[in-house]
Amino acid sequence: MALAGRTAMWWARLRSPCPCAAPLCLPPWLLAGPAACERLYSSPGKEKLDMSTYPVENIRNFSIIAHVDHGKSTLADRLLEITGTIAKTAHNKQVLDKLQVERERGITVKAQSASLFYSHEGVNYLLNLIDTPGHVDFSYEVSRSLSACQGVILVVDANEIDLKHADPERVEKQIEKLFDIPIDECVRISAKQGTNVEKVLQKIIEKIPPPQCNTADPLKALVFDSTFDHYRGVIANIALFGGEIQKGHRIVSAHTKKRYEVNEVGILTPNEQSTHKLYAGQVGYVIAGMKEVTEAQIGDTLFLHKQPVEPLPGFKSAKPMVFAGMYPVDQTEYNNLKSALEKLTLNDSSVTIHRDSSLALGAGWRLGFLGLLHMEVFNQRLEQEYNMSVILTAPTVPYKAILSSAKLIKEHGKAEITIINPAQFPDKISVSEYLEPTVLGTIVTPQEYIGKIIVLCQDRRAVQKDMLYIDEHRVMLKYLFPLNEIVLDFYDALKSLSSGYASFDYEDAGYQAADLIKMDILLNGNPVEELATIIHSDKAYATGKRLCERLKDAIPRQLFEIAIQAAIGKRIIARETLKAYRKNVVAKCYGGDITRRMKLLKRQAEGKKLMRKIGNVEVPRDAFIRVLKREPDK
Amino acid sequence: MAARGWRRAAAIAAARPGPGRAPGVGPASEPAPEAAAPAAASVYVHWPYCRKRCSYCNFNTYLVPAVDEAAVRACLVQETHTLLQLSQVKSITSVFFGGGTPSLASPGTIAAVLEAVAGAAHLPAGAEVTLEANPSSTTTQRLAGFKAAGINRLSIGVQSLDDAELRLLGREHTATEAQAAVEAARGLFPGRTSIDLIFGLPRQSLGAWTQRLEAALGLCDDHISLYQLTLERGTALAAQVLGGALPVPPQDLLADMYQAARTTLVAAGFRHYEVSNFARKGALSTHNLSYWRAEQYIGVGPGAHGRFVPRGEGGCSREARVQVLEPIAWMRAVQSRGHGTGKRVMLSPLEQLEEVLALGLRTDEGIPPERWGRFSPHLSLEAVFGAPGQALQQQGWMVLDDGGLRCTARGLAVLDALLPDLLCQLQRAWAAAAPGPAPGPGRKDPGAVSGCGPAEGS
Repeated sequence: MALAGRTAMWWARLRSPCPCAAPLCLPPWLLAGPAACERLYSSPGKEKLDMSTYPVENIRNFSIIAHVDHGKSTLADRLLEITGTIAKTAHNKQVLDKLQVERERGITVKAQSASLFYSHEGVNYLLNLIDTPGHVDFSYEVSRSLSACQGVILVVDANEIDLKHADPERVEKQIEKLFDIPIDECVRISAKQGTNVEKVLQKIIEKIPPPQCNTADPLKALVFDSTFDHYRGVIANIALFGGEIQKGHRIVSAHTKKRYEVNEVGILTPNEQSTHKLYAGQVGYVIAGMKEVTEAQIGDTLFLHKQPVEPLPGFKSAKPMVFAGMYPVDQTEYNNLKSALEKLTLNDSSVTIHRDSSLALGAGWRLGFLGLLHMEVFNQRLEQEYNMSVILTAPTVPYKAILSSAKLIKEHGKAEITIINPAQFPDKISVSEYLEPTVLGTIVTPQEYIGKIIVLCQDRRAVQKDMLYIDEHRVMLKYLFPLNEIVLDFYDALKSLSSGYASFDYEDAGYQAADLIKMDILLNGNPVEELATIIHSDKAYATGKRLCERLKDAIPRQLFEIAIQAAIGKRIIARETLKAYRKNVVAKCYGGDITRRMKLLKRQAEGKKLMRKIGNVEVPRDAFIRVLKREPDK
Repeated sequence: MAARGWRRAAAIAAARPGPGRAPGVGPASEPAPEAAAPAAASVYVHWPYCRKRCSYCNFNTYLVPAVDEAAVRACLVQETHTLLQLSQVKSITSVFFGGGTPSLASPGTIAAVLEAVAGAAHLPAGAEVTLEANPSSTTTQRLAGFKAAGINRLSIGVQSLDDAELRLLGREHTATEAQAAVEAARGLFPGRTSIDLIFGLPRQSLGAWTQRLEAALGLCDDHISLYQLTLERGTALAAQVLGGALPVPPQDLLADMYQAARTTLVAAGFRHYEVSNFARKGALSTHNLSYWRAEQYIGVGPGAHGRFVPRGEGGCSREARVQVLEPIAWMRAVQSRGHGTGKRVMLSPLEQLEEVLALGLRTDEGIPPERWGRFSPHLSLEAVFGAPGQALQQQGWMVLDDGGLRCTARGLAVLDALLPDLLCQLQRAWAAAAPGPAPGPGRKDPGAVSGCGPAEGS
């Protein structure tokens, strides 16, 4: 969706000081003299920055919070331009989104930070912007980023579907009602056009408090993100809640107790720029010879050797919601894929990975993701950054079964088992109860979509828990959802039927008993392992029928008839038939047609090599994932 | 003058009763391997202009208010001369004037090009010389003029014998005019008049198609080309179908139409000798066979394609060559360089073999072992496709025997679904036969012939 002409509204507000910050501390510096006020970052790479010219009271650490597609990355681009962090050109689009997948999809996946230098009323400020992803799948990235901030900017799109309907007054009132933010704290801006963006910077300085901490204290640094660089190892993003850090310091991880020597510290502008030191209140990075990202545990506290501090509270680790099998298309690619997965998971510690194998697909892995978008993004990054093509099985949520068979209980060493692979689904005979994970979902929507949304939720087996009018137009709904009903495409469906207005968030709500069965999909009698799914028995018939119908569209006609069937055990519950080709030959092939013809044939021959063969049926590799993605209108 | 002499001899040959062909150039027998025979090729001449664009056509054609025919003629003549010199071809097996609408050119232009051909290489008196003609530009008088110029075979774009269908196709003529044109052509070119028909039009029923076909059978001579309508991107007809204004003809109906046509024509004594081509009394098109047999051909005119070895400049590899598409740019190129070749790509032995495979299987004769051997001296058809339990043969799509590799009638209708597998098989066998390091001077392709070998004749 284009951002053109969007009237967005902004507010900056005070946030209670970070709970983990030290009590009030006096800034040790006096205001720096005029010479020190010069911007020292203007010679990138060569001269190291002296960060001591930015005392804690001149620092603001903030984040921007917004819904997907409300223009957050565009605002970040403008802030970077205005502060001279990046050159102002027409090409600055999603500057902080460095991954190809982020740019293609127009989303932020990986949080990024940038230090901005801004002079306001004769004082030089250091403004640390911590960009965050907007999609619910990546909310753990958001919570991490926020812990390094003392305030946030909330971006609210004041636009109605149609640009003519921009209604900032109403949105201001809503914000006041919803969040108790006074209307006069809202700033109406257009990030696309740059209108009023300067005012946002001034508000940041006025309204967001500086971090409260002291350089004289011992070092206390929060690791809020980490990335992996092939040459330099782990680069940990840190926020200093006390003390200072510089090259040569010996530091300790509170989590692992391992010791490291600091090789380099610096700030992100948004590329890494090394500095002499980092001081309390500042945000930057540290490279200290860590070889694996797991060593830079997100939420960990770093302190100086022999000067231990009380560790910061840290974070709950990200919990995978969706599991899927991943296999190399060709088993000879196993080791290459293994190495690609290792490298990619270094930069995305939220993915869990276990070795797995299957009769049909060979050796592979079972991966855990935060959601379907996360899975797709991960898969896309594998393709784009590591040139790997993989077979991905149908995503499944972690189900549980309470075993009744003494033999199985003995085998597993316990009665309650977690099932993250449909192939391991125990038969009903040996199970006293199946359990499915649930989440408590919160939907905020303009009231005109309530009817459709309630129907959608009921269709997803959700139970309404709460319904509250936030104002005369907006409603907040709370539903208890079975997790498997929302992982695939609920978010897309919700966005689609509410023209993008309804928002969705969810939290873990434990397990509930459920009547689960395993459904297989067969092509000419051969099971398609990628599509084996565990589903609620009420949904089996409809899901089976829909999967068969959609497979019929996704598989090209072939030289023989193909029976597409859904089966529960031996019982066929749905069938579609894909008829054989009877004619498939180009009519004209003379001199001028030959080159074009050969090119096409050779491309098809290449494609054949990448097809997944199930029995004698050839299936394009993206067919299954296309089939699995439900469309709301189907 | 040699050229004049050719026209006289050609006129005599054409006057002979029946499909008069000089011995040795008839399509029934494949020419002797080029290593033994003098280097031969066919010539395709492209006339890029039309009076009207048909709704289904995406060919390289142009509508201009006035064609500077003298300039185009001079360039066609010049390019013919240059390319024939470049190919060092001694003998021309056939000439084909296609387009565009080459029947809009004057007989004098056709004559000039033929004289250029005969001036640069041997053009046997009985060699097939075809002109594509539209029913709207084929009065008896004009046809006589073309005959006098050296044309001895006509291919008439009838397309349909129903006025509503003709309008949908954007044709200029009516069914009655088409009929008259075919009759006039048969009078002048008895046994050597072909007609084109299109089937699978949106909303066309099986009944309507068999009716058209019956009508065409009553009208036609000994050669018919039946083309299933291809909705080419960018054409008016494709846009109507994509936009939903016209329905997409159902797959099964198209298969039924094709099957019905084949049955009808075979019953009427026609041989189904290529996917879309039918002939009786041996009236196969020599020229078109030369494409499917992967022989050498030289393309003259804007956007014309060629496949030949440029021996004149010391080349010894077959090249895929394309002339500059746009007529004015092409003419400028011819005027400055003597030819308007815009692109030339050397074809590797494997690429040549891929063409031999994909094209040869379109014909009922398939790929005889001799032809395969000419392009692949060291890797036989059996070695590539003869693996025991070869699925495509077991399932009745293909036959591999002493006569070579060919499609069954059932297989021919789905050839494009078979070819990717066959190409994969060929590529695998080729790679297996040429193991070792990356291509380099030390590597020997199984089909590679050192120096200017016999693969393309000399």
